[in-house]
Amino acid sequence: MEAIQNITLKVWRQDGPADGGRFENYNVPEISDEASFLEMLDVLNERLINEGKEAIVFDHDCREGICGTCSLMINGQAHGPARMTATCQLHMRKFASNDTIVVEPWRASAFPILKDLMVDRSAFDRIIEVGGFITAPTGGAPDANLIPIPKPVADAAMDAAECIGCGACVAACPNGAANLFTSAKIAHLNMLPQGQAERFARTEAMVEKMDEHFGSCTNHGECEAACPKGISLDFIALMNQDYRKSKFKNRKSLSRT
Amino acid sequence: MASTISKPAPDRSPVTGTATQKRKRKPFLLDIYSTAVGKKYVMAITGIIGIGFVLVHMIGNLKMYLGPAEFDHYAEFLRELLVPILPRTVTLWLLRLTLIGAILLHIHAAYSLTILNRKARPVKYQSERDYVAANFASRTMRWSGIIVLLFIIWHLLDLTAGTLNGSGFVRGHAYENVVNTLDRPAVAIFYIIANIALGIHLFHGVWSLFQSMGWSNPRFNKWRREAAIGIATLIVVGNVSFPIAVLANIVKVKS
Amino acid sequence: MSVVLDPKVPDGPLAEKWDNYKFEAKLVNPANKRKFKIIVVGTGLAGASAAATLAELGYTVDAFTFHDSPRRAHSIAAQGGINASKNYHGDGDSVHRLFYDTIKGGDFRSREANVHRLAQVSSNIIDQMVAQGVPFAREYGGLLDNRSFGGAQVSRTFYARGQTGQQLLLGAYQQLARQIGLGGVRLFNRSELVDVVTVDGRSAGIVVRDLITGEITSHAAHAVVLATGGYGNAFFLSTNAMNCNVTAAWRAHRKGAYFANPCYTQIHPTCIPQSDDTQSKLTLMSESLRNDGRVWVPSKIDDERPAAQIPENERDYYLERLYPSFGNLAPRDISSRAAKRAVDSGRGVGPLKNGVNLDFQSAIDRLGFDTVWERYSNLFEMYERITGEDPTKTPMRIYPASHYTMGGLWVDYELMTTVPGLYCAGEANFSDHGANRLGASALMQGLSDGYFVLPYTIGNYLAPMLNKPTPGTDHPEFKAAELAAKARYHGYVSIGGTKSPDHFHRELGHIIWDYCGMERTAEGLEKALAELPALYEEFKTDLRVTGTDEGVNQTLEKAGRVDDFFQLGMLMCRDALEREESCGGHFRVEYQDAEGEALRDDENFSHVAAWEWTGDPMTSIRNKEELTFDNVHLAVRSYK
Repeated sequence: MEAIQNITLKVWRQDGPADGGRFENYNVPEISDEASFLEMLDVLNERLINEGKEAIVFDHDCREGICGTCSLMINGQAHGPARMTATCQLHMRKFASNDTIVVEPWRASAFPILKDLMVDRSAFDRIIEVGGFITAPTGGAPDANLIPIPKPVADAAMDAAECIGCGACVAACPNGAANLFTSAKIAHLNMLPQGQAERFARTEAMVEKMDEHFGSCTNHGECEAACPKGISLDFIALMNQDYRKSKFKNRKSLSRT
Repeated sequence: MASTISKPAPDRSPVTGTATQKRKRKPFLLDIYSTAVGKKYVMAITGIIGIGFVLVHMIGNLKMYLGPAEFDHYAEFLRELLVPILPRTVTLWLLRLTLIGAILLHIHAAYSLTILNRKARPVKYQSERDYVAANFASRTMRWSGIIVLLFIIWHLLDLTAGTLNGSGFVRGHAYENVVNTLDRPAVAIFYIIANIALGIHLFHGVWSLFQSMGWSNPRFNKWRREAAIGIATLIVVGNVSFPIAVLANIVKVKS
Repeated sequence: MSVVLDPKVPDGPLAEKWDNYKFEAKLVNPANKRKFKIIVVGTGLAGASAAATLAELGYTVDAFTFHDSPRRAHSIAAQGGINASKNYHGDGDSVHRLFYDTIKGGDFRSREANVHRLAQVSSNIIDQMVAQGVPFAREYGGLLDNRSFGGAQVSRTFYARGQTGQQLLLGAYQQLARQIGLGGVRLFNRSELVDVVTVDGRSAGIVVRDLITGEITSHAAHAVVLATGGYGNAFFLSTNAMNCNVTAAWRAHRKGAYFANPCYTQIHPTCIPQSDDTQSKLTLMSESLRNDGRVWVPSKIDDERPAAQIPENERDYYLERLYPSFGNLAPRDISSRAAKRAVDSGRGVGPLKNGVNLDFQSAIDRLGFDTVWERYSNLFEMYERITGEDPTKTPMRIYPASHYTMGGLWVDYELMTTVPGLYCAGEANFSDHGANRLGASALMQGLSDGYFVLPYTIGNYLAPMLNKPTPGTDHPEFKAAELAAKARYHGYVSIGGTKSPDHFHRELGHIIWDYCGMERTAEGLEKALAELPALYEEFKTDLRVTGTDEGVNQTLEKAGRVDDFFQLGMLMCRDALEREESCGGHFRVEYQDAEGEALRDDENFSHVAAWEWTGDPMTSIRNKEELTFDNVHLAVRSYK
C-alpha cells in the first residue's frame, strides 16, 4: 500500500439542469493507492462538509461494477482510463502523484444534468419499455428445460445481456448515440428461442424509440472501448440486420391484417 | 435557495403508458429513411454504388498506360454501352443519373445525421476528450467527404464538361484531355490530395458499411477491416499513379 | 405487555398447506382488480416481480424506487445463483430436501410452512425466468446447468455466469418495464419512502421525498408492499450497495409493524479484506468460488512468507480439517467464524494480516487453467481490478463481511406485517431464512415472494374492501406525516453541528461490528447499548448537513438513513442480548460447545422475537412467535 500525493481534481459543478456550470479545483493532498476513485471523492466530500461546503453530487451505488449507477467522464474517457472497468472499480493506483484529474458529467441531450455530476438516464428505460422484454406473464411458463438452448447461443445471449445500462456508450460516442445499449438488449432477446415471437416488433419499436432520444451510429467504436462490460460492436450490426428485416417482415404482417 | 423557484423544474410526474403512443407511419421507404439506422442503410448502399463506380473508373483509366488509341476507344465504348438496345449515350446517362442520385442521397443522409448528432449533444464536453477507438479516418469523414465532393465537381467540369480543362479541350479526345490537365502541377497535386482523402474516406466507409447494413458474421468479420484497407489502397494507388505518370512523362501526348 | 403472534399458517399437512390456502383465499373479480390501488416500494427482485405481476393481474400499481431506474436495485449484485428443487440432475433433490436444507441451514429458527412454500415454488421461478429470457448457463446439450453451493449436498443452483442476480433482476425489470409501457404501473423514480401512513390501524399509504426536488408528497393505496431490502449497512462496511438502508422498514416499524430477529445478520465468508481506513464498501467474491478454491492459512503464527513458498505441510486447510464432509463448502456462518478464529489466532494473511487464503492452485492442476478460468473469469478479473493481484498466481485473500440480514419486518404466512394492508417481501421481511441464509436462496425468496406469493395473498385482503371508501391523501394522518417528514429533513439541515453523516455512520458501524458482529457477548452488547445512545445523542446535536432540504442533497439523504440505522442498531444489540443462545448468524460466545460450535437453546428460544415500537428503541417490547416443528427433527446442525 502506497500513498499517492498531491492530486489536483478539476470537478464540474452545476446547481441544476438549467444552470450554467463551471470547473472547480480541489486538492487531494494524499490518498492510498488501494482507494477507489469514488472513495477518493468520498474523502473529499467529507472534507467539503467539514468546511461547510456542499458535497459534490455524483451517482453511485453498488461499487461492484454491476448496478450501472456510477458514471463520470474522467480525463476525457467515460469511466476513466482503465478498460472494462466502471468508475466504481477504478482504483487510484491507475494514477500517479501530482496528477491533474478532470471530472465531468456525461453529456447528451438525452441525459440532462441534474446536479454536478449526476445525470438523468431515464431515456434508457423508455427504450426498454417499448420492447426490451419477452412477454411472459407470471404463471404460465412451461418447464424450463422444455426448449433446449445450445450452449453457444446461451453464451452469446449472455454476452449481450451483461449490459449494465450505465450509459458509458452514449457518453463516449462522439455522436451521443445509444446503439450499443439498444443493440445489446435486442441481441440478448433476439438470439434466444423465447424471444422469437416478438423479435421483429421488438426491434422496430426499440430502434425507433432510440431515435427519438439519441444520435446516430457512425461506427467509431468508442462505445465498445468505453463499455465496462466489453459489449461488442457486433451486436450493433445484428441490430441493424434485424431492423432491416423487421421493416420488411412487419410490413408484410401488417398487410395481412 | 429562493433562486431555484424561478427555474423550470424537472418533470417529476410518474412514468406510465410510454409504449402506448403510436408512431405516425410514412410511406414505406420514407419510413425507413426517417430513422437514423435507415439513413445509415442509405449511406451504405449509396456508398457501395460509389465504390463500384470508383473501382471501375480506376480500372478503366489504367487503359491510359496502353496508349491513346486504347484509352479513347474505351471512352467511346462507354458511350456505346448497350447499343443498339438503347440509343448511344443513353446507358451512360442512366449510369450518370444513378451516380448523381447516389451522391445526393449520400450527402443528404450525412447532413441530416450530422444535424441529429449535434442535437444529441448540444453542450460539448468542456474538457478534452481522450479517444480510444475512434481513428483519424472515422472522425474526419465529414471533411474527407467534402474534399471528395469538391473534387468530383471540379473533375466533372474539367474532363466531362471541359470548362476547367484549359483551352485545349476536345470532346472525344479523352486521352489528350487527361494528359493536358494533369500536366499542370497544381492540378496534379489537387488530384493527389483528393484521392488520398477518398482513400481515407473509404478506409472507414468500407468497414463501416458492413456494420451499417448488419453484415456481420464471425467467420468473415475479421476480414472487414482488411477489405477496407485493400479497397482504399487499390483505389488510391491506381488513381494517384495517373498524375504522377503524367508529371513523370511516362504518360504523354505524342506529337 | 408482550403478545404471542399468530402467523396464520393454514391447516393441513405441510405439503398441502399452500394449495389449501390458495383454494380458500378470497378472490377479486378480474374486472374489479383495477379498482384497487397497490403501492410497491422498491424495485428489486421482490418489488419488481410483485409490481409487474400485480399489474398483469389488473391491479392499479404505483411503484417507487429511490434509484434513477428500477434496474439498479441491489438484487443486481448477487453473483452465485438461485436454488430450485428441479432435480434436473437426478442427484436426489426434491421439494422436501430443499425445504429441509433451508430449515437446517437456518438453524431451525424459521417457520416451517413458509419455507416449504418457498421450496415448492422454487421450480416455478426457474420456469418463469427462463420464459423471460434469462440466459442461464447451459450444458452442451442445451439443458440447464447447475452448480453446488454451501450447505447443500445436491447440485441445485442455477446460474448465469457470476451475474445471476443481474440477469434475474433484468428479467423482472423488463417485465415491470413492459407494464410501465402499457400503463399498468406508474413508476416514481428517485423517490424515497420517508413515512408509512396508517389510518385506524390499517395501512393507508406512504409519504415519499422526491430526491430531485426535495418535495414531500403523500400517496394513498388499498395496500402497500415494502420490498426495500436489508439493513446490512448498519455495519457501515458491508457488501451492500452504498445506498441500501433500513428507512422504509424502520418507518413502518415505527408505525406499528413489528421488527423480527434484528440480530440475525449474515456475515459472508468470502469478501475482499479491508485495505485501508478510507474504504467505504467491501466487495463480495461469490461463494461459488469455494467450489474450486481451498481455504487455508499458514500453520505458523506470523508466517511472513509469500503463499507459494509455504510448503503443503505447513498449511492449515482448516475447513477441510474441521468439517470433512462439507469441507470448503461449509455454510456461511460456520466458514465465517472459522476465518475469524484463524485471523484472530495471528495466522491471517495479507499486508494487514486480515484475511485467509482462497487457493485455486489445486483446481488449476486438476482441471486445467482454462476450465477454472472459464468458470470464474469475471470474479478473477474483478479481484485483480480491486487488489492488483492475479488470483490464479497468488491465492485470493478473503475475509468475512456483513452481507445479508435474515431479520426484518415480521410477516405472517401471507407476508402481511402486523399492520393490516402493509406487506413486506424479499430481504426486508424476516420470513424464510431463520438464523442463517443458505447461498443462492435470497434470489429464490425475493422472486418467490414477488411472483408467487403476494399476488395470491393480497387479493385475500383486498376482496372484502371492494367499493368501500378508503382514506385519501387529504386525510389528517397524511397531512401529519407530511409535516413530520418535512420537519425531520429540515431538522437535519438546521442542526449546524460539526460532523458529517458519514462520520457518524462509520462510528456506529464500528460499534455494531465490534459488539454485534460475528461473535457477541453479553458484556460487549451491554457496552454497545451504553455507547450507542450517547453517540446517537451526539448525532442529533452535532450533525452537519450542508446545502438545503430543496433539490438534490445526497448528504441529507444519508443523514435520514443514518438516523434510522442508529435506532435499528440499538434494537439489534438488544435482540442479540436477549437471545441467550447461539444459532446461525447469531453467535454468543457464552453459548458454544466444547468444540466451539454454536449451542442452541431450543427449549427457551425456539421462537421469533418480534419487537414492538414504543417510541424509543431502548424500551421496545419483545413479542414472540413460537416456532413449532412438526415435520423436521430439531437436530444439532452438524456439517462435520
